[in-house]
Amino acid sequence: MSININDVEHVAKLARLDLSEQEKEMFTAQLSAILKYAEKLKELDTEEVEPTTHVLHLSNVMREDEVHESLPIEKVLRNAPDDEDGQFKVPAVLE
Amino acid sequence: MTLFDLSLNEIHNRLHAKDLAVTDLVAQAFKTICEQDDKIQAYLTLNEEGATESAKALDEKLVSGEARGLLFGLPVGVKDNIVTEGLRTTCGSQFLKNYDPIYNATVADKLRQADAVTIGKLNMDEFAMGGSNENSSFAPVRNPWNLDYVPGGSSGGSAAAVAAGEAYFTLGSDTGGSIRQPASYCGVVGLKPTYGLVSRFGLVAFASSLDQIGPLTKNVEDSAYVLQAIAGYDAKDSTSAKVDIPDYVSALSGEIKGLKIAVPSEYIGEGVDAEVKQSIMDALAVLEGLGAEWEEVSLPHTEYAVATYYLLASSEASSNLARFDGVRYGVRAENPGNLLELYHQSRSEGFGDEVKRRIMLGTYALSSGYYDAYYLKAQKVRTLIKRDFDNVFEKYDVIIGPTAPTTAFKLGSQLDDPLTMYLNDILTIPVSLAGVPAISVPCGFASGLPVGMQIIGKAFDEQTVLRVAHAFEQNTNHQQRPQL
Repeated sequence: MSININDVEHVAKLARLDLSEQEKEMFTAQLSAILKYAEKLKELDTEEVEPTTHVLHLSNVMREDEVHESLPIEKVLRNAPDDEDGQFKVPAVLE
Repeated sequence: MTLFDLSLNEIHNRLHAKDLAVTDLVAQAFKTICEQDDKIQAYLTLNEEGATESAKALDEKLVSGEARGLLFGLPVGVKDNIVTEGLRTTCGSQFLKNYDPIYNATVADKLRQADAVTIGKLNMDEFAMGGSNENSSFAPVRNPWNLDYVPGGSSGGSAAAVAAGEAYFTLGSDTGGSIRQPASYCGVVGLKPTYGLVSRFGLVAFASSLDQIGPLTKNVEDSAYVLQAIAGYDAKDSTSAKVDIPDYVSALSGEIKGLKIAVPSEYIGEGVDAEVKQSIMDALAVLEGLGAEWEEVSLPHTEYAVATYYLLASSEASSNLARFDGVRYGVRAENPGNLLELYHQSRSEGFGDEVKRRIMLGTYALSSGYYDAYYLKAQKVRTLIKRDFDNVFEKYDVIIGPTAPTTAFKLGSQLDDPLTMYLNDILTIPVSLAGVPAISVPCGFASGLPVGMQIIGKAFDEQTVLRVAHAFEQNTNHQQRPQL
């Protein structure tokens, strides 16, 4: 299946990416080629096949619900690009 | 002869006899790196001060007669997507160029408990996405056998460092072949353990149902030692397997008489370089001479593996990489107008082309209207691929074929054609989708570049995989080192 530049713009928006005009053209061509290649999966009849989401037979993995100390705030904020009063600082969400 | 030419046992004997100190080992590692890494560019971050401190502490331990860990004193390089407390971890990405982890990955703790010395962090394709290491946003790694060629990806730094003697051993991560393919291209041993055998806690996630940490070493015996040190259940990783860990080192008996080997026709057919195929046929003759039997079989869904993998891995990547938003760590765009602009601009500035391409492919495959056609379809084909392996393993002990269809390719030769680049992993990807273990061992040379043989085993049967690889290695002479 080939995709067009509008599809790429839409997907980039969903993925929270801004693309230049040059990137849009490049990704349109490359993603079209990859998706066209992926079409070969349609050759297989998988109607009765269960999907494999995971190779190990694991389900409902839980840890003990134990109270323990949280990370120190200075460690949590050590890599933050911007912080204030022990919190991550971001631009205003509401105008 | 350098210390890197000595076996692990020889090093430990010399340490015990006080002929050698851990500080000597570590100093020699940094001397080698200093002399030649500007050509190879395997390292992104060096830990000279921390490693020297650790080496001194281990030397004191030696004097005091305290118990020594399995990897005592050995200088190790760690792929830069494995977090190391206080040691910069970039994932090969500008997004994390200044990231200073606040905790250790479980494997990093296990290396420390085994008394290995972490000397630095190794270059890689950005967020482990790539098959050539040209997607590192810092510098491409170069193949020590020929500096005009790629080392393979995404653990190219990990493979090149071992080949060039810049670490005694290294850790890499393998999602679709990222340990085995660079091991093949660089002429070293690379082991992808069974999914779930080694904890992924602290491995920056790319495709969570496929990622697995494993060792790159000079030889098979070292691989067994490192696996022994890093394998085991970890409550911090919800996908960790609760299985008994056997003695991998004692499995190296050299005995393979009566072993049943399957050779998939798809792995030695069209698209596989003639010289690579010949190396594999020669290797099979060696194994036959040791009493093994081999037969050609079919893994009929092999041709669908690459498409399946790129849909699934990209879908998981699009989800995993959503956490990179410029708020808590990593790159943040300057002067965004609002929070949404902060996300968009930070991600657009921080990620390279390959990462953006895979995020978009995954987002597309998971989006409304396409989920069934792409993602769910790929999950079903994954079942068929896994069944192929299950069927063959009902009758055979191991599966053998080339690790990659060709030897390393020239830097830049496939950069503009991602689909061709993806097809380099056609022989490693099916193994990853099935979650079974596989090792790549050097088995010859083609046009002056190393060829790797892939030995694939049943789930959690690393012992057999290592035993076969060791028997082959002991009866051949492909363990060579490049002249730099």
